[in-house]
Amino acid sequence: MTKTIDLQSVTKRFGRIEAVREVSFRLHAGEVVALVGHNGAGKTTLMKLMLGLIQASLGTIEMLGDDPAAGDFAARRSVGYLPENVSFNAALSGREIMSFYARLKREDLSTIEPLLERVGLADAADRRIGTYSKGMRQRLGLAQALLGEPLVLLLDEPTTGLDPALRQSFYEIVQELSDRGATVLLSSHALTELEDRAGRVIIMNRGVKVADGTLTELRRIALLPTRIRITSAPGDAERARTWFGPLATWRRVNGHMIEIDAAPDQKIELLRRASEEGAPIADIDVVPPTLDDLYAHFLRSQDAA
Amino acid sequence: MQNILIIARKEIQEGLRNRWVLTTTLLLAALALTLTFLGSAPTGNVGARALDVVIVSLSSLTVFLLPLIALLISHDAIVGEAERGTMVLLLSYPIARWQVLLGKFVGHVSILAFATLLGYGAAAVALAATGSAIDAESLTAFAKMVGSSVLLGAGFIALGYLISASVRERGTAAGIAIAVWLVLVLIYDMALLALLVVDQGQTVSGGLLDALLLLNPTDAYRLLNLTGGNVSALSGMGGVSQTANLSPSALLAALAAWTLVPLALAALAFAKKEL
Repeated sequence: MTKTIDLQSVTKRFGRIEAVREVSFRLHAGEVVALVGHNGAGKTTLMKLMLGLIQASLGTIEMLGDDPAAGDFAARRSVGYLPENVSFNAALSGREIMSFYARLKREDLSTIEPLLERVGLADAADRRIGTYSKGMRQRLGLAQALLGEPLVLLLDEPTTGLDPALRQSFYEIVQELSDRGATVLLSSHALTELEDRAGRVIIMNRGVKVADGTLTELRRIALLPTRIRITSAPGDAERARTWFGPLATWRRVNGHMIEIDAAPDQKIELLRRASEEGAPIADIDVVPPTLDDLYAHFLRSQDAA
Repeated sequence: MQNILIIARKEIQEGLRNRWVLTTTLLLAALALTLTFLGSAPTGNVGARALDVVIVSLSSLTVFLLPLIALLISHDAIVGEAERGTMVLLLSYPIARWQVLLGKFVGHVSILAFATLLGYGAAAVALAATGSAIDAESLTAFAKMVGSSVLLGAGFIALGYLISASVRERGTAAGIAIAVWLVLVLIYDMALLALLVVDQGQTVSGGLLDALLLLNPTDAYRLLNLTGGNVSALSGMGGVSQTANLSPSALLAALAAWTLVPLALAALAFAKKEL
Protein backbone atom coordinates (compact mmCIF):
# COMPACT_ATOMS: atom_id res chain seq x y z
CA MET A 1 0.00 0.00 0.00
CA THR A 2 1.25 3.49 -0.79
CA LYS A 3 1.43 5.71 2.22
CA THR A 4 -0.15 9.11 1.88
CA ILE A 5 0.16 10.61 5.35
CA ASP A 6 2.91 9.87 7.83
CA LEU A 7 3.12 11.31 11.33
CA GLN A 8 6.06 10.56 13.58
CA SER A 9 5.99 11.46 17.27
CA VAL A 10 4.21 14.71 16.56
CA THR A 11 3.73 17.07 19.48
CA LYS A 12 1.99 20.42 19.26
CA ARG A 13 1.98 22.92 22.09
CA PHE A 14 -0.07 26.09 22.34
CA GLY A 15 1.70 27.97 25.07
CA ARG A 16 1.78 25.57 28.00
CA ILE A 17 -1.04 23.40 26.72
CA GLU A 18 -0.10 20.27 24.82
CA ALA A 19 -2.86 19.85 22.25
CA VAL A 20 -1.23 16.80 20.70
CA ARG A 21 1.41 14.63 22.36
CA GLU A 22 3.73 12.14 20.68
CA VAL A 23 1.26 10.99 18.04
CA SER A 24 2.46 8.65 15.30
CA PHE A 25 0.48 6.95 12.59
CA ARG A 26 0.62 6.23 8.91
CA LEU A 27 -2.29 6.33 6.50
CA HIS A 28 -2.41 4.66 3.11
CA ALA A 29 -4.14 5.07 -0.20
CA GLY A 30 -7.68 3.71 -0.21
CA GLU A 31 -8.10 3.75 3.55
CA VAL A 32 -11.12 5.25 5.26
CA VAL A 33 -10.01 6.19 8.74
CA ALA A 34 -12.14 7.50 11.58
CA LEU A 35 -10.49 9.90 13.98
CA VAL A 36 -12.49 9.65 17.14
CA GLY A 37 -12.37 11.63 20.34
CA HIS A 38 -14.07 14.16 22.59
CA ASN A 39 -14.02 17.84 21.80
CA GLY A 40 -10.52 19.00 22.62
CA ALA A 41 -8.99 15.57 22.07
CA GLY A 42 -6.75 17.01 19.35
CA LYS A 43 -8.60 15.95 16.20
CA THR A 44 -8.80 19.39 14.60
CA THR A 45 -5.23 20.19 15.64
CA LEU A 46 -4.04 17.01 13.92
CA MET A 47 -5.79 17.97 10.70
CA LYS A 48 -4.39 21.49 10.78
CA LEU A 49 -0.92 20.03 11.30
CA MET A 50 -1.37 17.75 8.30
CA LEU A 51 -2.40 20.75 6.20
CA GLY A 52 0.53 22.84 7.38
CA LEU A 53 -1.77 25.51 8.81
CA ILE A 54 0.16 25.19 12.06
CA GLN A 55 3.61 23.83 12.68
CA ALA A 56 4.44 20.89 14.88
CA SER A 57 6.47 21.71 17.99
CA LEU A 58 8.21 18.33 17.72
CA GLY A 59 8.19 15.43 15.31
CA THR A 60 7.78 15.15 11.56
CA ILE A 61 4.77 15.14 9.27
CA GLU A 62 4.69 13.98 5.70
CA MET A 63 1.75 14.58 3.40
CA LEU A 64 1.99 12.96 -0.04
CA GLY A 65 5.76 13.00 0.29
CA ASP A 66 6.05 16.67 1.30
CA ASP A 67 6.41 18.52 4.56
CA PRO A 68 3.11 20.41 4.60
CA ALA A 69 4.49 23.33 6.61
CA ALA A 70 7.56 23.81 4.40
CA GLY A 71 5.80 26.21 2.08
CA ASP A 72 5.73 23.99 -0.96
CA PHE A 73 2.16 23.80 -2.13
CA ALA A 74 2.40 21.14 -4.81
CA ALA A 75 0.87 18.50 -2.51
CA ARG A 76 -2.04 20.73 -1.51
CA ARG A 77 -3.55 20.54 -4.97
CA SER A 78 -4.33 16.90 -4.22
CA VAL A 79 -5.78 17.53 -0.78
CA GLY A 80 -9.39 18.28 0.02
CA TYR A 81 -10.30 19.74 3.39
CA LEU A 82 -13.63 20.33 5.03
CA PRO A 83 -13.14 22.34 8.23
CA GLU A 84 -15.38 22.01 11.25
CA ASN A 85 -18.25 24.53 11.01
CA VAL A 86 -17.29 25.53 7.49
CA SER A 87 -18.20 29.07 6.52
CA PHE A 88 -18.10 31.14 3.36
CA ASN A 89 -18.47 34.75 2.45
CA ALA A 90 -22.22 35.29 2.62
CA ALA A 91 -22.30 37.87 -0.18
CA LEU A 92 -21.24 35.49 -2.95
CA SER A 93 -23.24 32.70 -4.55
CA GLY A 94 -22.39 29.02 -4.27
CA ARG A 95 -21.22 28.90 -7.85
CA GLU A 96 -19.01 31.98 -7.43
CA ILE A 97 -17.34 30.49 -4.37
CA MET A 98 -16.78 27.20 -6.17
CA SER A 99 -15.24 29.05 -9.14
CA PHE A 100 -12.93 30.89 -6.77
CA TYR A 101 -11.69 27.70 -5.14
CA ALA A 102 -11.45 25.87 -8.47
CA ARG A 103 -9.21 28.65 -9.82
CA LEU A 104 -6.96 28.35 -6.79
CA LYS A 105 -6.57 24.65 -7.49
CA ARG A 106 -6.18 25.37 -11.22
CA GLU A 107 -9.14 23.16 -11.93
CA ASP A 108 -11.28 23.59 -14.97
CA LEU A 109 -14.49 25.46 -14.17
CA SER A 110 -16.49 22.79 -15.94
CA THR A 111 -15.89 20.43 -12.99
CA ILE A 112 -18.04 22.61 -10.75
CA GLU A 113 -21.47 21.79 -12.11
CA PRO A 114 -21.22 17.99 -11.59
CA LEU A 115 -19.92 18.53 -8.06
CA LEU A 116 -22.77 20.87 -7.16
CA GLU A 117 -25.19 18.35 -8.58
CA ARG A 118 -23.60 15.55 -6.62
CA VAL A 119 -24.13 17.31 -3.30
CA GLY A 120 -27.62 18.41 -4.34
CA LEU A 121 -26.94 22.12 -4.64
CA ALA A 122 -27.44 22.58 -8.37
CA ASP A 123 -30.72 24.44 -7.87
CA ALA A 124 -29.35 26.77 -5.21
CA ALA A 125 -26.03 27.43 -6.93
CA ASP A 126 -26.86 30.99 -7.96
CA ARG A 127 -28.30 32.08 -4.66
CA ARG A 128 -26.28 34.05 -2.14
CA ILE A 129 -24.67 31.81 0.47
CA GLY A 130 -26.19 34.06 3.10
CA THR A 131 -29.55 32.46 2.31
CA TYR A 132 -28.25 28.87 2.70
CA SER A 133 -29.22 26.61 5.59
CA LYS A 134 -26.53 24.99 7.73
CA GLY A 135 -26.90 21.72 5.86
CA MET A 136 -26.50 23.46 2.51
CA ARG A 137 -23.35 25.22 3.66
CA GLN A 138 -22.03 21.87 4.85
CA ARG A 139 -22.75 20.39 1.42
CA LEU A 140 -21.05 23.29 -0.30
CA GLY A 141 -18.09 22.65 1.99
CA LEU A 142 -18.05 19.06 0.88
CA ALA A 143 -18.27 20.08 -2.78
CA GLN A 144 -15.22 22.33 -2.50
CA ALA A 145 -13.30 19.57 -0.73
CA LEU A 146 -13.99 17.27 -3.68
CA LEU A 147 -12.54 19.71 -6.24
CA GLY A 148 -9.71 18.26 -8.26
CA GLU A 149 -10.25 14.57 -7.41
CA PRO A 150 -8.16 14.72 -4.24
CA LEU A 151 -5.84 11.92 -3.14
CA VAL A 152 -6.31 12.85 0.49
CA LEU A 153 -9.51 14.08 2.07
CA LEU A 154 -9.52 15.52 5.57
CA LEU A 155 -13.06 15.92 6.81
CA ASP A 156 -13.60 17.51 10.20
CA GLU A 157 -17.02 16.59 11.60
CA PRO A 158 -18.41 16.24 8.09
CA THR A 159 -21.92 15.09 8.87
CA THR A 160 -23.01 17.67 11.42
CA GLY A 161 -26.09 19.42 10.08
CA LEU A 162 -26.81 16.79 7.45
CA ASP A 163 -30.10 14.94 7.57
CA PRO A 164 -30.07 11.11 7.43
CA ALA A 165 -30.62 10.90 3.67
CA LEU A 166 -27.75 13.27 3.00
CA ARG A 167 -25.54 11.38 5.43
CA GLN A 168 -26.22 8.29 3.42
CA SER A 169 -25.22 9.94 0.14
CA PHE A 170 -22.25 11.53 1.88
CA TYR A 171 -20.91 8.13 2.89
CA GLU A 172 -21.53 6.86 -0.62
CA ILE A 173 -19.28 9.60 -1.93
CA VAL A 174 -16.64 8.72 0.66
CA GLN A 175 -16.82 5.07 -0.35
CA GLU A 176 -16.45 5.98 -4.02
CA LEU A 177 -13.38 8.10 -3.33
CA SER A 178 -11.72 5.41 -1.30
CA ASP A 179 -12.46 2.84 -4.03
CA ARG A 180 -10.63 5.16 -6.39
CA GLY A 181 -7.64 5.06 -4.06
CA ALA A 182 -8.05 8.21 -2.00
CA THR A 183 -7.26 8.33 1.70
CA VAL A 184 -10.22 9.64 3.67
CA LEU A 185 -9.73 10.78 7.25
CA LEU A 186 -12.96 11.67 9.03
CA SER A 187 -13.23 13.03 12.49
CA SER A 188 -16.44 12.63 14.37
CA HIS A 189 -18.04 12.01 17.66
CA ALA A 190 -21.10 10.44 16.11
CA LEU A 191 -19.55 7.03 16.51
CA THR A 192 -22.40 4.77 15.59
CA GLU A 193 -22.61 6.07 12.05
CA LEU A 194 -18.91 5.53 11.48
CA GLU A 195 -19.13 1.94 12.57
CA ASP A 196 -19.44 0.17 9.24
CA ARG A 197 -17.93 2.99 7.21
CA ALA A 198 -14.45 3.28 8.58
CA GLY A 199 -12.03 0.47 7.94
CA ARG A 200 -9.80 1.78 10.65
CA VAL A 201 -10.31 3.75 13.82
CA ILE A 202 -7.87 6.02 15.64
CA ILE A 203 -9.02 7.00 19.10
CA MET A 204 -7.63 10.19 20.61
CA ASN A 205 -7.96 11.33 24.18
CA ARG A 206 -6.56 14.58 25.53
CA GLY A 207 -3.98 14.82 22.76
CA VAL A 208 -2.76 11.25 23.01
CA LYS A 209 -3.47 8.42 20.63
CA VAL A 210 -5.00 5.68 22.76
CA ALA A 211 -5.96 3.12 20.13
CA ASP A 212 -5.45 2.50 16.43
CA GLY A 213 -6.68 -0.41 14.34
CA THR A 214 -9.60 -2.00 12.58
CA LEU A 215 -12.75 -2.41 14.59
CA THR A 216 -12.14 -6.17 14.88
CA GLU A 217 -8.62 -5.62 16.14
CA LEU A 218 -9.79 -3.08 18.66
CA ARG A 219 -12.51 -5.43 19.88
CA ARG A 220 -9.92 -8.14 20.39
CA ILE A 221 -7.58 -5.85 22.29
CA ALA A 222 -10.34 -4.41 24.42
CA LEU A 223 -11.65 -7.89 25.40
CA LEU A 224 -15.07 -6.37 25.73
CA PRO A 225 -17.90 -8.78 26.38
CA THR A 226 -20.36 -9.60 23.64
CA ARG A 227 -23.90 -9.16 24.80
CA ILE A 228 -26.07 -12.22 24.26
CA ARG A 229 -29.77 -11.76 24.78
CA ILE A 230 -31.87 -14.87 25.12
CA THR A 231 -35.62 -15.12 24.88
CA SER A 232 -36.89 -18.27 26.47
CA ALA A 233 -39.52 -20.49 24.96
CA PRO A 234 -43.01 -19.76 26.32
CA GLY A 235 -43.34 -20.96 29.89
CA ASP A 236 -39.75 -22.09 30.03
CA ALA A 237 -38.24 -19.01 31.64
CA GLU A 238 -37.04 -20.84 34.72
CA ARG A 239 -35.46 -23.66 32.73
CA ALA A 240 -33.71 -21.20 30.42
CA ARG A 241 -32.06 -19.54 33.37
CA THR A 242 -30.72 -22.78 34.78
CA TRP A 243 -29.72 -23.94 31.29
CA PHE A 244 -27.05 -21.23 31.09
CA GLY A 245 -26.60 -20.89 34.83
CA PRO A 246 -23.46 -22.99 35.18
CA LEU A 247 -21.72 -21.27 32.25
CA ALA A 248 -22.14 -17.59 32.96
CA THR A 249 -23.83 -15.06 35.15
CA TRP A 250 -27.03 -13.76 33.65
CA ARG A 251 -29.12 -10.71 34.14
CA ARG A 252 -32.89 -10.78 34.09
CA VAL A 253 -34.33 -8.35 31.53
CA ASN A 254 -37.96 -9.34 31.96
CA GLY A 255 -40.09 -12.43 32.56
CA HIS A 256 -38.89 -14.32 29.50
CA MET A 257 -35.63 -12.62 28.58
CA ILE A 258 -32.14 -12.77 30.05
CA GLU A 259 -28.90 -11.12 29.08
CA ILE A 260 -25.37 -12.47 29.37
CA ASP A 261 -22.17 -10.48 29.00
CA ALA A 262 -19.97 -13.06 27.35
CA ALA A 263 -16.20 -12.71 27.37
CA PRO A 264 -14.65 -13.40 23.97
CA ASP A 265 -13.51 -16.92 24.92
CA GLN A 266 -16.91 -17.78 26.38
CA LYS A 267 -18.89 -16.76 23.38
CA ILE A 268 -18.69 -19.92 21.30
CA GLU A 269 -19.36 -22.17 24.28
CA LEU A 270 -22.48 -20.23 25.13
CA LEU A 271 -23.76 -20.33 21.58
CA ARG A 272 -23.12 -24.05 21.40
CA ARG A 273 -25.05 -24.57 24.60
CA ALA A 274 -27.87 -22.46 23.19
CA SER A 275 -28.12 -24.59 20.07
CA GLU A 276 -28.04 -27.95 21.91
CA GLU A 277 -30.94 -30.35 21.64
CA GLY A 278 -33.78 -29.39 23.92
CA ALA A 279 -32.60 -25.89 24.78
CA PRO A 280 -35.61 -23.91 26.07
CA ILE A 281 -35.00 -21.00 23.75
CA ALA A 282 -37.22 -19.10 21.36
CA ASP A 283 -34.79 -16.46 20.11
CA ILE A 284 -31.25 -15.28 20.53
CA ASP A 285 -29.53 -11.97 19.75
CA VAL A 286 -25.77 -11.51 19.67
CA VAL A 287 -24.60 -7.91 19.95
CA PRO A 288 -20.84 -7.31 19.56
CA PRO A 289 -19.41 -4.29 21.39
CA THR A 290 -20.19 -1.12 19.47
CA LEU A 291 -17.72 1.61 18.63
CA ASP A 292 -19.28 3.58 21.48
CA ASP A 293 -18.44 0.77 23.93
CA LEU A 294 -14.91 0.49 22.55
CA TYR A 295 -14.40 4.21 22.74
CA ALA A 296 -15.58 4.35 26.32
CA HIS A 297 -13.37 1.39 27.17
CA PHE A 298 -10.21 2.94 25.73
CA LEU A 299 -10.88 6.25 27.43
CA ARG A 300 -11.39 4.48 30.77
CA SER A 301 -8.27 2.38 30.41
CA GLN A 302 -6.20 5.46 29.63
CA ASP A 303 -7.63 7.38 32.54
CA ALA A 304 -6.87 4.45 34.83
CA ALA A 305 -3.28 4.25 33.62
CA MET B 1 1.08 35.94 -9.58
CA GLN B 2 -2.05 34.17 -10.75
CA ASN B 3 -2.99 33.46 -7.13
CA ILE B 4 -2.71 37.15 -6.28
CA LEU B 5 -5.05 38.06 -9.11
CA ILE B 6 -7.53 35.35 -8.11
CA ILE B 7 -7.71 36.78 -4.58
CA ALA B 8 -7.85 40.37 -5.85
CA ARG B 9 -10.70 39.46 -8.16
CA LYS B 10 -12.66 37.90 -5.31
CA GLU B 11 -12.13 40.97 -3.11
CA ILE B 12 -13.41 43.24 -5.85
CA GLN B 13 -16.34 40.92 -6.48
CA GLU B 14 -17.19 41.03 -2.77
CA GLY B 15 -16.73 44.81 -2.70
CA LEU B 16 -19.18 45.20 -5.54
CA ARG B 17 -21.62 42.77 -3.97
CA ASN B 18 -21.69 44.28 -0.51
CA ARG B 19 -21.83 47.77 -2.04
CA TRP B 20 -18.55 49.00 -0.60
CA VAL B 21 -17.53 50.24 -4.03
CA LEU B 22 -20.82 51.98 -4.66
CA THR B 23 -21.02 53.63 -1.24
CA THR B 24 -17.45 54.86 -1.29
CA THR B 25 -17.71 56.23 -4.81
CA LEU B 26 -20.98 58.01 -4.11
CA LEU B 27 -19.68 59.43 -0.84
CA LEU B 28 -16.51 60.77 -2.41
CA ALA B 29 -18.36 62.15 -5.42
CA ALA B 30 -20.99 63.84 -3.29
CA LEU B 31 -18.42 65.47 -1.03
CA ALA B 32 -16.21 66.45 -3.93
CA LEU B 33 -19.10 68.07 -5.80
CA THR B 34 -20.31 69.87 -2.69
CA LEU B 35 -16.84 71.23 -2.03
CA THR B 36 -16.42 72.23 -5.65
CA PHE B 37 -19.51 74.37 -5.78
CA LEU B 38 -19.71 75.61 -2.21
CA GLY B 39 -15.96 75.99 -2.00
CA SER B 40 -15.76 78.38 -4.90
CA ALA B 41 -18.35 80.72 -3.40
CA PRO B 42 -16.00 82.64 -1.07
CA THR B 43 -13.25 83.08 -3.65
CA GLY B 44 -15.61 84.07 -6.37
CA ASN B 45 -14.17 83.89 -9.82
CA VAL B 46 -11.43 86.38 -9.36
CA GLY B 47 -7.81 85.51 -8.88
CA ALA B 48 -7.43 81.88 -7.96
CA ARG B 49 -8.18 79.38 -10.65
CA ALA B 50 -11.19 77.23 -9.90
CA LEU B 51 -9.47 73.84 -10.12
CA ASP B 52 -6.72 74.95 -7.74
CA VAL B 53 -9.35 75.80 -5.14
CA VAL B 54 -10.83 72.36 -5.64
CA ILE B 55 -7.44 70.75 -5.18
CA VAL B 56 -6.98 72.48 -1.86
CA SER B 57 -10.40 71.58 -0.54
CA LEU B 58 -10.28 68.04 -1.85
CA SER B 59 -6.86 67.30 -0.37
CA SER B 60 -8.08 68.55 2.99
CA LEU B 61 -11.03 66.21 2.64
CA THR B 62 -8.80 63.34 1.56
CA VAL B 63 -6.56 63.62 4.58
CA PHE B 64 -9.51 62.93 6.85
CA LEU B 65 -11.66 60.65 4.79
CA LEU B 66 -9.45 58.32 2.76
CA PRO B 67 -7.48 57.00 5.76
CA LEU B 68 -10.79 56.31 7.46
CA ILE B 69 -12.23 54.45 4.47
CA ALA B 70 -8.97 52.55 3.98
CA LEU B 71 -8.85 51.43 7.60
CA LEU B 72 -12.52 50.45 7.48
CA ILE B 73 -11.92 48.16 4.52
CA SER B 74 -8.66 46.70 5.74
CA HIS B 75 -8.73 46.29 9.51
CA ASP B 76 -11.01 43.27 9.17
CA ALA B 77 -9.19 41.64 6.26
CA ILE B 78 -7.26 38.99 8.17
CA VAL B 79 -8.63 38.79 11.68
CA GLY B 80 -12.20 38.91 10.35
CA GLU B 81 -11.66 35.99 7.99
CA ALA B 82 -9.82 34.11 10.72
CA GLU B 83 -12.70 34.65 13.12
CA ARG B 84 -15.38 33.69 10.62
CA GLY B 85 -13.41 30.56 9.80
CA THR B 86 -12.96 31.26 6.09
CA MET B 87 -9.21 31.76 6.42
CA VAL B 88 -8.46 28.19 7.54
CA LEU B 89 -10.13 26.84 4.43
CA LEU B 90 -8.47 29.34 2.11
CA LEU B 91 -5.01 28.54 3.46
CA SER B 92 -5.56 24.82 2.97
CA TYR B 93 -5.46 25.57 -0.76
CA PRO B 94 -2.20 25.77 -2.71
CA ILE B 95 -1.59 29.42 -1.93
CA ALA B 96 1.00 31.16 0.25
CA ARG B 97 -0.02 33.57 2.96
CA TRP B 98 1.86 36.47 1.40
CA GLN B 99 -0.07 35.85 -1.81
CA VAL B 100 -3.34 36.09 0.10
CA LEU B 101 -2.22 39.37 1.64
CA LEU B 102 -0.96 40.85 -1.61
CA GLY B 103 -4.09 39.73 -3.44
CA LYS B 104 -6.27 41.47 -0.89
CA PHE B 105 -4.07 44.55 -1.16
CA VAL B 106 -4.41 44.70 -4.93
CA GLY B 107 -8.17 44.22 -4.62
CA HIS B 108 -8.70 46.81 -1.92
CA VAL B 109 -6.44 49.41 -3.52
CA SER B 110 -8.29 48.91 -6.81
CA ILE B 111 -11.60 49.55 -5.07
CA LEU B 112 -10.23 52.67 -3.43
CA ALA B 113 -8.57 53.92 -6.61
CA PHE B 114 -11.76 53.39 -8.57
CA ALA B 115 -13.83 55.31 -6.01
CA THR B 116 -11.33 58.17 -5.76
CA LEU B 117 -10.85 58.47 -9.49
CA LEU B 118 -14.56 58.48 -10.19
CA GLY B 119 -15.55 60.61 -7.20
CA TYR B 120 -12.92 63.29 -7.63
CA GLY B 121 -13.00 63.05 -11.38
CA ALA B 122 -16.68 63.95 -11.15
CA ALA B 123 -15.67 67.25 -9.52
CA ALA B 124 -13.22 68.11 -12.29
CA VAL B 125 -15.69 67.17 -14.99
CA ALA B 126 -18.40 69.24 -13.30
CA LEU B 127 -16.10 72.24 -13.19
CA ALA B 128 -15.25 71.93 -16.85
CA ALA B 129 -18.89 71.43 -17.72
CA THR B 130 -19.94 74.61 -15.91
CA GLY B 131 -17.53 76.57 -18.02
CA SER B 132 -14.55 77.17 -15.73
CA ALA B 133 -11.31 77.55 -17.56
CA ILE B 134 -8.85 74.82 -16.65
CA ASP B 135 -5.25 75.06 -17.76
CA ALA B 136 -2.71 72.29 -18.12
CA GLU B 137 -0.81 73.23 -14.95
CA SER B 138 -3.89 72.92 -12.76
CA LEU B 139 -4.79 69.67 -14.46
CA THR B 140 -1.38 68.19 -13.68
CA ALA B 141 -1.71 69.28 -10.08
CA PHE B 142 -5.14 67.69 -9.96
CA ALA B 143 -3.86 64.41 -11.37
CA LYS B 144 -1.04 64.48 -8.84
CA MET B 145 -3.56 65.03 -6.07
CA VAL B 146 -5.72 62.10 -7.14
CA GLY B 147 -2.67 59.84 -7.52
CA SER B 148 -1.20 60.71 -4.16
CA SER B 149 -4.63 60.34 -2.55
CA VAL B 150 -4.72 56.74 -3.74
CA LEU B 151 -1.18 56.28 -2.45
CA LEU B 152 -2.19 57.68 0.93
CA GLY B 153 -5.14 55.30 0.96
CA ALA B 154 -2.85 52.39 0.06
CA GLY B 155 -0.66 53.29 3.02
CA PHE B 156 -3.59 53.14 5.40
CA ILE B 157 -4.80 49.90 3.86
CA ALA B 158 -1.37 48.44 4.58
CA LEU B 159 -1.51 49.81 8.13
CA GLY B 160 -4.93 48.21 8.52
CA TYR B 161 -3.51 44.83 7.45
CA LEU B 162 -0.70 45.17 9.95
CA ILE B 163 -3.27 45.74 12.69
CA SER B 164 -5.47 42.94 11.37
CA ALA B 165 -2.61 40.43 11.23
CA SER B 166 -1.33 41.28 14.70
CA VAL B 167 -4.44 40.94 16.85
CA ARG B 168 -6.64 38.01 17.89
CA GLU B 169 -10.06 39.66 17.81
CA ARG B 170 -11.96 41.85 15.40
CA GLY B 171 -12.97 44.28 18.12
CA THR B 172 -9.36 44.88 19.03
CA ALA B 173 -8.51 45.54 15.40
CA ALA B 174 -11.30 48.08 15.09
CA GLY B 175 -10.21 49.85 18.28
CA ILE B 176 -6.60 50.06 17.22
CA ALA B 177 -7.60 51.25 13.75
CA ILE B 178 -9.60 54.13 15.22
CA ALA B 179 -6.70 55.02 17.52
CA VAL B 180 -4.26 55.01 14.60
CA TRP B 181 -6.57 57.24 12.61
CA LEU B 182 -6.99 59.68 15.49
CA VAL B 183 -3.27 59.87 16.15
CA LEU B 184 -2.06 60.18 12.56
CA VAL B 185 -4.85 62.41 11.26
CA LEU B 186 -5.65 64.66 14.23
CA ILE B 187 -3.44 64.41 17.27
CA TYR B 188 -0.04 64.25 15.58
CA ASP B 189 -0.42 67.64 13.93
CA MET B 190 -1.78 69.27 17.06
CA ALA B 191 1.11 67.89 19.08
CA LEU B 192 3.57 69.03 16.45
CA LEU B 193 2.09 72.49 16.44
CA ALA B 194 2.18 72.67 20.22
CA LEU B 195 5.79 71.56 20.16
CA LEU B 196 6.73 74.27 17.69
CA VAL B 197 4.92 76.93 19.69
CA VAL B 198 6.51 75.92 22.98
CA ASP B 199 9.91 75.52 21.42
CA GLN B 200 9.94 78.93 19.74
CA GLY B 201 12.53 77.69 17.24
CA GLN B 202 15.13 76.99 19.94
CA THR B 203 15.84 73.29 19.46
CA VAL B 204 13.60 72.04 16.67
CA SER B 205 15.69 72.62 13.60
CA GLY B 206 14.51 72.52 10.01
CA GLY B 207 15.94 69.02 9.62
CA LEU B 208 14.11 67.70 12.65
CA LEU B 209 10.87 69.24 11.44
CA ASP B 210 11.35 67.58 8.06
CA ALA B 211 11.83 64.24 9.75
CA LEU B 212 8.78 64.78 11.95
CA LEU B 213 6.66 65.64 8.92
CA LEU B 214 7.82 62.54 7.03
CA LEU B 215 6.99 60.38 10.04
CA ASN B 216 3.32 60.89 9.36
CA PRO B 217 1.91 59.91 5.96
CA THR B 218 -0.86 62.49 6.16
CA ASP B 219 1.70 65.28 6.59
CA ALA B 220 3.73 64.01 3.67
CA TYR B 221 0.52 64.03 1.65
CA ARG B 222 -0.41 67.54 2.76
CA LEU B 223 2.99 68.93 1.92
CA LEU B 224 2.94 67.22 -1.44
CA ASN B 225 -0.38 68.70 -2.50
CA LEU B 226 -0.69 71.96 -0.63
CA THR B 227 2.67 73.57 -1.17
CA GLY B 228 3.59 73.47 -4.84
CA GLY B 229 2.91 76.31 -7.28
CA ASN B 230 -0.40 78.14 -7.15
CA VAL B 231 -2.07 76.27 -4.37
CA SER B 232 0.34 77.08 -1.55
CA ALA B 233 -0.97 80.60 -1.15
CA LEU B 234 -4.52 79.30 -0.94
CA SER B 235 -3.86 76.53 1.50
CA GLY B 236 -2.10 78.37 4.28
CA MET B 237 0.62 75.76 4.19
CA GLY B 238 3.08 78.28 2.75
CA GLY B 239 4.57 78.94 6.14
CA VAL B 240 5.36 75.34 6.81
CA SER B 241 6.67 74.70 3.36
CA GLN B 242 9.17 77.50 3.68
CA THR B 243 10.58 76.02 6.85
CA ALA B 244 10.35 72.45 5.68
CA ASN B 245 12.75 71.59 2.99
CA LEU B 246 11.33 68.56 1.29
CA SER B 247 11.30 67.82 -2.38
CA PRO B 248 8.20 66.24 -3.97
CA SER B 249 10.18 63.09 -4.67
CA ALA B 250 11.18 62.77 -1.01
CA LEU B 251 7.53 63.17 -0.05
CA LEU B 252 6.45 60.56 -2.58
CA ALA B 253 9.15 58.23 -1.31
CA ALA B 254 7.85 58.74 2.22
CA LEU B 255 4.31 57.87 1.12
CA ALA B 256 5.58 54.80 -0.72
CA ALA B 257 7.56 53.73 2.34
CA TRP B 258 4.42 54.20 4.44
CA THR B 259 2.79 51.64 2.17
CA LEU B 260 5.59 49.12 1.74
CA VAL B 261 6.89 48.90 5.30
CA PRO B 262 3.52 48.21 6.96
CA LEU B 263 2.69 45.78 4.17
CA ALA B 264 5.93 43.86 4.72
CA LEU B 265 5.38 43.86 8.49
CA ALA B 266 1.81 42.67 7.96
CA ALA B 267 3.06 39.80 5.80
CA LEU B 268 5.51 38.88 8.54
CA ALA B 269 2.88 38.99 11.27
CA PHE B 270 0.48 36.97 9.12
CA ALA B 271 3.13 34.34 8.39
CA LYS B 272 3.62 33.80 12.12
CA LYS B 273 -0.06 33.81 13.03
CA GLU B 274 -1.46 30.55 14.37
CA LEU B 275 -4.88 29.78 13.04
